[in-house]
Amino acid sequence: MTTLHIDHTSRWFGNVVAVNDITMDIGPGVTGLLGPNGAGKSTLINMMAGFLPPSTGSVTLDSAPIWRNQEAYREIGLVPEREGMYDFLTGWDFVLANAELHKLSDPAAAARRALATVEMEQAQDRKISTYSKGMRQRVKMASALVHDPSALLLDEPFNGMDPRQRMQLMRLLREMGDAGRTVLFSSHILEEVEQLASHIEVVVAGRHAASGDFRKIRRLMTDRPHRYLVRSSDDRRLAAALIADASTAGIELDWNEKALQIQAIDFGRFTEVLPRLAREHGIRLYTVSPSDESLESVFSYLVAA
Amino acid sequence: MFNKTVARLTYKALLGRRRALLLCALPLLLIVVAVAVRLLGDVDDDVTKQLLGGFAMATIVPLIGVVAGTGAIGPEIDDGSVVYLLAKPARRSSIVVTKLLVAIGVTVVFSAVPTFVAGYVLNGDSQQIASAYAVAAAAASVAYSALFLLLGTVSRHAVVIGLVYALIWEALFGNLVPGARELSVQQWALTLAQKVGGSGAGITSEVGTATGVTLLVVATVGGAWYASRRLRAFTLAGEE
Repeated sequence: MTTLHIDHTSRWFGNVVAVNDITMDIGPGVTGLLGPNGAGKSTLINMMAGFLPPSTGSVTLDSAPIWRNQEAYREIGLVPEREGMYDFLTGWDFVLANAELHKLSDPAAAARRALATVEMEQAQDRKISTYSKGMRQRVKMASALVHDPSALLLDEPFNGMDPRQRMQLMRLLREMGDAGRTVLFSSHILEEVEQLASHIEVVVAGRHAASGDFRKIRRLMTDRPHRYLVRSSDDRRLAAALIADASTAGIELDWNEKALQIQAIDFGRFTEVLPRLAREHGIRLYTVSPSDESLESVFSYLVAA
Repeated sequence: MFNKTVARLTYKALLGRRRALLLCALPLLLIVVAVAVRLLGDVDDDVTKQLLGGFAMATIVPLIGVVAGTGAIGPEIDDGSVVYLLAKPARRSSIVVTKLLVAIGVTVVFSAVPTFVAGYVLNGDSQQIASAYAVAAAAASVAYSALFLLLGTVSRHAVVIGLVYALIWEALFGNLVPGARELSVQQWALTLAQKVGGSGAGITSEVGTATGVTLLVVATVGGAWYASRRLRAFTLAGEE
């Protein structure tokens, strides 16, 4: 059983703060690190993997610091995001080399087991340069698993995978979490994290925005105020009818856009009330579009919460 | 200190891809030139010295050193695959020493050996000129490998910087500007050629033997030491 501790950790690059005073513990089971691109997820994973020193605070494996501590790699398996991986080797040679570098007593057996775990035996004698994205990802997994680590760190492991490969990797990670390993993966896609992780840590703009199981995070995300842009045959009358309903908190007549900017506080009720009121008043709706559905704005709401 | 797996990965990377072509082309050129010179006219010790000193030592050896030294680690750092070497409970110094030994081996095979062959073709090792330059080339190979390996851990533009050093400093200034010669791996190595060469060979170096050998050792050990330090503090910048 291994726990990664991040304690009041910040990391900056020049004037840019990538990780801002984050404290979290990653324990056994599958944890999803969720956040938009550029939120600092990779910076966090790099610090946990010993490839970046924190500017302040500490990152430890159980109680041992990870930076400049090669012994930590006996417990840690890393699946980096970058593609570079000795393309001139075969999958077998690559995984075997990783087993040898770990100085395992029977590297060939370990490599065989790891390649079987990711179901890559069929293609193990082909050069890595001929592999598809999903196959590369699986061989990377095998190289990270070859020494049977108690903690597995994966940076955006599902990027570029097709749905079948995605399912397969999810099943694998779930099994590892169930077996008591500490599995941490990063993603910017809520659905991915929701399907897989029993615990979610949300990071936005370098800050720790939320922490909990997916139900809690999902609720935080759907309960937030939604903004809509609406164009209709009679904006003023529609605005008057909508503001009378409890589902809205504010409506603006936007002269530049020739549209209404509506802030809805009860998402479910608003989606039902809007068409009903329009019909009752004989108003035609031309445009109804959410104006802040970007992940960025969803997340920044969480930070403010 | 020697890690067989690291060695295997390094020489496969060095001798695969386009690098192998470059590594073969340069020594081949040297030998072709030597054969041509031999066939075209009378070759005396002076001509041999000019070709081995002015072309082999001044151009071929540093160029092979750049290709092998930076190639032993630079590409792995560039594409991020070095992470697989470093995310292991292995001493960083043993990774560097292993890579250095492979780079030295490759540089010696592709520069010192052809230097001897070219010298032998030219004058049959008269006055031990071929042996002398081969020894100097081997010694220079060691120092170049260490320096360019270090360069590969320091800069993404290691090959360009290495080429500028090899071609402009060693080949041009090293032969023309007196002051530059004292800070040149080539000159340090030539002190050994001076020793090995026969009394009539007249091989000269800008520095004394003791100084030359000391500087070669300092450059090699220092380069390897600092490269290990760089690997110990290797960072991934992340998505930002």
